[in-house]
Amino acid sequence: MPLSWALLASFLLAAAGYVVGRGRALASVGSDARRLHSRPNYHGCSVALTALLPPLAVLAVASALRLTDVLTDETGAVVGILALVAAIGGLGLGVMRIGQEFQARNVVERMVLGLLMLCSLIAIVTTAGIVLSLVFETGHFFQIYDWKTFLFGTEWTPRFQGNSQLGIVPLLWGTMYVSAIALLVAVPIGLFAAIYMSEYASRRVRGFVKPAIEVLAGIPTIVYGLFALITVGPLLRDYFAQPLGLGNSGTSVLTAGLVMGIMLIPFVSSLSDDIINAVPQSLRDGALGLGSTPSETVRQVVLPAALPGIVGAVLLAASRAIGETMIVVLGAGAAAQMSLNPLEAMTTITVKIVSQLTGDSDFNSPETLVAFALGLTLFAITLVLNVVALYIVRKYREQYE
Amino acid sequence: MTDMPLSRPTDMADRKPSASLLEQDARTKARNAAEKRFRLYGVAAIAISMIALVVLLATILTGGAGAFRQTYLNIPVELDAEILDPKGNRDPAEMAKVLTLSYGKVLDAAVEATVARHGLQIEGLSEKDIDNLISKEASAQVRDRVLAEPELVGQTVEFDVLTGGRIDGYFKGRVTMESAERDSNTSPQQLQLAQELADRGEMVTRFNWNFLRYADASDQRPEAAGLGVAILGSFYMMLVVLVLAVPIGVAASIYLEEFAPKNRITDIIEVNISNLAAVPSIVFGILGLAAFINFAGLPQSAPIVGGLVLTLMTLPRIIIPTRAALKAVPPSIRDAALGVGASKMQSVFHHVLPLATPGILTGMILGLAQALGETAPLLLIGMVAFIRDVPGGLPSGLFDPASALPVQVYNWTQRSDPAFIERASGAIIVLLIFLLCMNVLAIWLRRKFERRW
Repeated sequence: MPLSWALLASFLLAAAGYVVGRGRALASVGSDARRLHSRPNYHGCSVALTALLPPLAVLAVASALRLTDVLTDETGAVVGILALVAAIGGLGLGVMRIGQEFQARNVVERMVLGLLMLCSLIAIVTTAGIVLSLVFETGHFFQIYDWKTFLFGTEWTPRFQGNSQLGIVPLLWGTMYVSAIALLVAVPIGLFAAIYMSEYASRRVRGFVKPAIEVLAGIPTIVYGLFALITVGPLLRDYFAQPLGLGNSGTSVLTAGLVMGIMLIPFVSSLSDDIINAVPQSLRDGALGLGSTPSETVRQVVLPAALPGIVGAVLLAASRAIGETMIVVLGAGAAAQMSLNPLEAMTTITVKIVSQLTGDSDFNSPETLVAFALGLTLFAITLVLNVVALYIVRKYREQYE
Repeated sequence: MTDMPLSRPTDMADRKPSASLLEQDARTKARNAAEKRFRLYGVAAIAISMIALVVLLATILTGGAGAFRQTYLNIPVELDAEILDPKGNRDPAEMAKVLTLSYGKVLDAAVEATVARHGLQIEGLSEKDIDNLISKEASAQVRDRVLAEPELVGQTVEFDVLTGGRIDGYFKGRVTMESAERDSNTSPQQLQLAQELADRGEMVTRFNWNFLRYADASDQRPEAAGLGVAILGSFYMMLVVLVLAVPIGVAASIYLEEFAPKNRITDIIEVNISNLAAVPSIVFGILGLAAFINFAGLPQSAPIVGGLVLTLMTLPRIIIPTRAALKAVPPSIRDAALGVGASKMQSVFHHVLPLATPGILTGMILGLAQALGETAPLLLIGMVAFIRDVPGGLPSGLFDPASALPVQVYNWTQRSDPAFIERASGAIIVLLIFLLCMNVLAIWLRRKFERRW
């Protein structure tokens, strides 16, 4: 609690500093603001910032130290007082600096620029946090579990009494199977929808269809998951799996794949739409002028020109499919097995991350820690796909600019 | 275009020129057919997406509409002072010692009295069937009301009590006489009794505001489960995201777009941001678990942790549209500001930023909408736990356990009673209404303030 009081006090001091700084700057030139280097507001801001930033830095350092157990909880009061002292010191410095020649605006702008820079570094901090937390805990996992069994084991049977088999291969198989079905659904439909909209559709059709497809993109994945669970799953079971004798599971690879495919349609179609529109009109005009039909133009001129970009879009969609969680949690099932039958329940990496990390988990057992190794695998796969895809898309975009 | 006839002279000899311009030769016919087929594929693709959208929404809407209606039984309850206030001094503190179980007995008596009053005789109807007509939650609700108004004890008060989940399902068509035959929790006789009571106007199905107010309920009482805690939890998390992600995201975009020198570090930051936008959301959940809960020691299931995780996830999704909005402001605006003596900072904050605001707001709202629907990372930080207590007010409520709308949906899909599926679909309707409002707001902002230079 003393820390939040110190924080509040610093803000109050900063507010007071603004008023004092503004007044003092005006007083130093006999209320004639024209003789100041910077406008009085800048003087106020400079005092407020010099009063606010030091205590914030003290508090940030103190909380970082407390997290790493260098400081104990009892030092809270000391830290609070330290922060207050820093605030008062900053306030004093700020007020002392004020004078006719003091370049308050430049000082404020430098501080603001520093803050902006700090904010943009958060992206890097996040990535570092992800990588560190994954690598650190995965290291823990490999200390108590053999990495070869994890990477090449074909059996996944976690037991909470210990002696679990934690091989990633069946999970990878399930992930790839579901993603492949999803891409088989999404890529042709998304691509044809994009081609139709950019090459054939009238303005009116386009104006109606495009937003409707974007609605699909705005629906949260949990909604698709529920759709898979209560509609698609039972439908496939009752009309395909049971009559064909291919199993009677409500959750299956095909269920998850189909629904995920629907989810990916808008993703593929909007990316392909951008890419197809980036192909210069002169190429189309040339082909049409030589007498080819619109479909021949698309197949033999536009698509080959757009191919690298479309490959990038498909890779991005694949990375989405591999990392998708809720649809597979609700649609694909939890049985880790390797089978070719698409109507059987299989499981994926993301499903197992959720099931190993929800509920009461003991962070020293391999059954819990394996989730971090799975997370690292997932992160690595999607990262590679994303980097390659973004590289291709960017390179392609430059080609016609 | 090598397969075109003109490039292959040998074909020329085989082809007879058609007799008339009005009559197409075989080759042209084939090409036109191919053209038609190609168009058809496109139409089919769009039709499939539209059908998928319609079926998806229709399933959820029809499945979830039931959650907004609830069946109540109106009964006069004699609040027996002997049982409910044994000391007889009407002191709430003393009365609180009387357990919910005793209220259950009082209610059972009231239900039996009502059935007897109407003289309903149904063959094979057991006493258990009559008592189970009302929800187990009803006694707790009557108790709360009595503790709030102790002077009610000793009187006979009319209560609208929740009926059991099976009875409620019967009036919504989910439970039928046939399914009741096989169900150990209900019986056809019980449903018949419920029908008789409904015919006499004692049992009514009406709009269910409580769905938006009540907390979650246990596996046996789907009729009492509501979204109160989940809506509040989602609201708190959105608040955290709004307070953190928006200023940081806008500041980062301003730096990258306006001030950053073109060098290695800037490049790394940019690649980083576009990669973060494509990292699977569940990985952010792992980060939240490892960094905020295990390392920083923040409480599990707390909206503050959920908000922080969603902030990190939403940041790149806010930065990308914000940068686009800043980029869309023409350089002449900046040049003009610099030309009349403004500093770089002044030109950005006084001129570029206000002009980019509509675009930034649109991106911000869409980013928040995405964060609102996100489920996977929240599962990992413990928001899937069963939470009955409403979190406190701000700011301490941020540290109380809470649920979130999409997580509540997931939670309900894991229950065995099919009544929870109806609740889950209902929760999705609520979620979709929120998302719809946010998107409409974003579109309206874009239409109203969009400027083209």
